[in-house]
Amino acid sequence: MARIIVVTSGKGGVGKTTSTANIGMALASRGNKIVVLDADFGLRNLDLLLGLENRIVYTALDVMSGECTLEDALVKDKRQPNLALLPAAQNRTKDAVNTDQMKQLVTDLAQQYDYVLIDCPAGIEMGFKNAIIAAKEAVIVTTPEISAVRDADRVIGLLEAHSIKKIHLIVNRIRPAMVQANNMMSVQDVQEILAIPILGIVPDDERVIVSTNKGEPLVLAGSNSLAAIAYNNIARRLEGEKVPFLTLETPPEGLWERMSRFFRKK
Amino acid sequence: MFNEFLEKLFSWKSDNNSRDQVKRRLKLVLGHDRTGLSPQDLEEMRKEIVEVISRYVELDTEELVFSIENNERSSALIANLPIRRVKNEEKSEQVENEENLENEVKEIQLENEEKIENEVKEIQTENEEKIENEVKEIQTENDN
Repeated sequence: MARIIVVTSGKGGVGKTTSTANIGMALASRGNKIVVLDADFGLRNLDLLLGLENRIVYTALDVMSGECTLEDALVKDKRQPNLALLPAAQNRTKDAVNTDQMKQLVTDLAQQYDYVLIDCPAGIEMGFKNAIIAAKEAVIVTTPEISAVRDADRVIGLLEAHSIKKIHLIVNRIRPAMVQANNMMSVQDVQEILAIPILGIVPDDERVIVSTNKGEPLVLAGSNSLAAIAYNNIARRLEGEKVPFLTLETPPEGLWERMSRFFRKK
Repeated sequence: MFNEFLEKLFSWKSDNNSRDQVKRRLKLVLGHDRTGLSPQDLEEMRKEIVEVISRYVELDTEELVFSIENNERSSALIANLPIRRVKNEEKSEQVENEENLENEVKEIQLENEEKIENEVKEIQTENEEKIENEVKEIQTENDN
């Protein structure tokens, strides 16, 4: 039986889809059969981040309405044969799907794959309910910002209410220099507030944007960037490996740097 | 200017940096989110609780702390209500009253007893005097 994991956050724009794409790729490159399911009906983006947007013929909605088979709709990645995408419909809204249909779809996928990764839409309305209905585990993505952490907390409460007990945290876009200057919450700060176990720490990295421009997840490109290493570590931890967390401290700022920074500000 | 300079130079030592501020604000707002209590609800509850407690003790209203705190995804209402003093004036008044009553009763009793005694004595002496007088009168009559 496959592991069914929903990637969710509450707030939009914190890196759910980027995380889904990279974790999917990392798990696939480790020999697992992965399907990533875009549950963001009406605002699909996972196909873009994976660079598979031109290969979509049918969507998950077509499967649910019986217009095509599951096989027809699945887009298999030619660069990484272990990974397939089940795209969301772009021309319909989130209310076009109900929880029963979603449950059936995920159950069918779970029979063919080792992992079903569900990319959840932002918010806590119908699209969220559909995305979590069949999930057994959840990965919460947040950034060290007040609104993202607050929304993450709300979502954790909702997941617990749906008896999803295995919930892990990814803190995305950490900027170590800002943490050191006490101008950003640290991973520990966020973890203490949300009180769920940490799955990964992903530093803010410009190469993430470059990789989305190309439609080529960092992990697939074999990048040696910290973000790529972080996502590979997350995949290893999901598989039960104990991997130490990245240390993201910048070298301590000397008095001279501090003074020159001060005078630059003037 | 010089203060500002020092503040920037030693900014990592100040505990009013934006990192501490965001943590404080988050903890507060999550307390309300998790319990589903609005700040207005909390204020109402605070008033009612203080009202009940004030019936028994006098609270130091300026030092009251009333907040929702979170620990490992469970919330707790933390109330710190310093007591200025225990309200016992009413009790002592009662006690005083009781004592007063007792004393009054005793006094009245004593007074009454004295009066009675005196009256008895008076009556006795009166009677004795009367008897003596009568006896004397009879004696003189007899003598005559």
